[in-house]
Amino acid sequence: MTNNLLIMPLLIPLIAAVLQIFGMRHVPIQRWLGGIAVIVNVGVAVWIVITVRVEGIQTLAMGGWAAPYGIVFVADMFAALLVLTTSILGAVCLFYAFASIGEEREKHHFYPFFQFLLVGVYGSFLTGDLFNLFVCFEVMLVSSYALIVLGGTKRQLQVTLKYILINIVSSSLFVASMAYLYAAVGTLNMAHLSQRVAEAGQDGIIGVIAFLFLIVFGLKAGLFLFFWLPGSYAAPPSVITAIFAGLLTKVGLYAIIRTFTLIFYHDTGFLYTLIGWMGIASMVLGVIGAVAYRDVNKILVYNVVAGVGLIAFGLATANVAGIEGAVFYMLHDMIVKALLFLLAGIMIGALGTTNLKDMSGLIKRYPFTGWMFFITGLALAGVPPLSGFIGKLLIVQGGMERGWYTMTIISLIASLLMLYSVMRIFMLAFWGKDRPLIDDRAVFQDSPEVKREVYHEWSPFRPRRLMAASSVLFAFVILIGLGAGWIQTFVAQAADVLVHPTLYIQAVLKE
Amino acid sequence: MEVWMSIAVGILFAVAVYLILSRSLLRIILGTSILTHGVHLLLLTMSRLKSGAPPLLGEESGSYVDPLPQALILTSIVINFGVTAFFFVLAYRSYLKLKTDDMEEVKMESDE
Repeated sequence: MTNNLLIMPLLIPLIAAVLQIFGMRHVPIQRWLGGIAVIVNVGVAVWIVITVRVEGIQTLAMGGWAAPYGIVFVADMFAALLVLTTSILGAVCLFYAFASIGEEREKHHFYPFFQFLLVGVYGSFLTGDLFNLFVCFEVMLVSSYALIVLGGTKRQLQVTLKYILINIVSSSLFVASMAYLYAAVGTLNMAHLSQRVAEAGQDGIIGVIAFLFLIVFGLKAGLFLFFWLPGSYAAPPSVITAIFAGLLTKVGLYAIIRTFTLIFYHDTGFLYTLIGWMGIASMVLGVIGAVAYRDVNKILVYNVVAGVGLIAFGLATANVAGIEGAVFYMLHDMIVKALLFLLAGIMIGALGTTNLKDMSGLIKRYPFTGWMFFITGLALAGVPPLSGFIGKLLIVQGGMERGWYTMTIISLIASLLMLYSVMRIFMLAFWGKDRPLIDDRAVFQDSPEVKREVYHEWSPFRPRRLMAASSVLFAFVILIGLGAGWIQTFVAQAADVLVHPTLYIQAVLKE
Repeated sequence: MEVWMSIAVGILFAVAVYLILSRSLLRIILGTSILTHGVHLLLLTMSRLKSGAPPLLGEESGSYVDPLPQALILTSIVINFGVTAFFFVLAYRSYLKLKTDDMEEVKMESDE
């Protein structure tokens, strides 16, 4: 089904961003444009999900050039659900940013970069073409370079240098692997690639190319190759980290899931086992990091790595239960990880530090934030009836069906440690003796410079609005848990296409 | 011809890796730039080198040159141009702020 609707998620933020650049001197105009754009996009995303639900996979051939030759956009249920989750996250984070990002950043193009980042993310989910995936990745990454360094503190500059370098190298590898793939099979349209690779067989050269893609996307997703991730994500303000944790690594994961279910799905032995072990390794290393650090941001960032590992493990089981679990858990993970960072932002804003040693007694002043954090932590670990339960259950079931008992048990232990690491933040930061908030402390009133260094300088702190924005995401954590059965039907439709690549190919190439 | 091009690609990659592994930030940026050049050349080479007609319908349709890799390379060059420019500005900015262009020292400070 050809549908012009598919271009809308890209077009809306793109237009908003361009208009915002023209209105750069007027922060209120930028806010209004951004706010309207993200809310309209939630509507569009819901519409796309409903259309895909009713009419099946939607495609859009740009300029009327038919599939293998022109550029196509494809929305199957998986992509549609991810677009919807992204639009919700984008909206919440933008409203959170209104109350926390600070005028200085607003004047220096925070809002256009935010919208461009969303353009890249939506594009990556919707494109049906490997080269466009690269382009959308770059749109997203360039915006993320700007967002991560915006504000220009020492710490940000240090991490951005490394972040850019690692991403340029991995993007170069991406283009190189695409060159090899193009030479081997002569196409870059994903549906067409799937057909050609199926004809040629996935051994020898194509197996090597698949491995190259795994490295490239693994670098982007932080799957095992996550050495760059903890430093970079811990530097910028909480709302930027939240959007990164919720979206950027998940785009890499989406690319892994898409390519390895649609194109390189023939070798379920070696490559899938490798993905499984990479997933387990990132879970184990992730929870070790999460348990070891005493810095709120660091702990949460290592939890992001562990979450990526679990989703990859779900994919690696290569059976219906495992893949359904991976899709379900991914939707949950995007929301929960972003929410944790947003809540951590309130804690950091209140006390002016990220170190747990200097935090305690927040529960008296921020009881609502405290209990939201507690329940989100439970959701992260997969306690029923919250959002993480079904996804984790299905992944475990998939692992058992595959016969990977050891790996499944390791993943369960890792989940427990994830819960421990988040509960430790809750206990140390919210319990204990009451501390003066950052604004009460004389030392900061005497020298604003100190405050700037400790807390991400210039930022205003309006806890009520921040809590209001966070509670929207929190509502989703509860609702996904309670409505799991209903959402499961959507997830099953998504997994069905992932398990049967022919459905995707037929929809795109219309044979 | 493909063989020579492949060797050239290999040399570019080797030079790029050497530069990226050095300590000076400027050399690293030049390294990334050369790396992407190497990748572009690789893309061109992998899609077979041949001299032929432009891909226009009806005119010598047998001897087309494949336009796709060239379109890809063009896109990639544009992206790389933007990223490199940004990287240079960032390097200058961090030199002003951190007072060093030595990646070893940048790293040491961040470990605190």
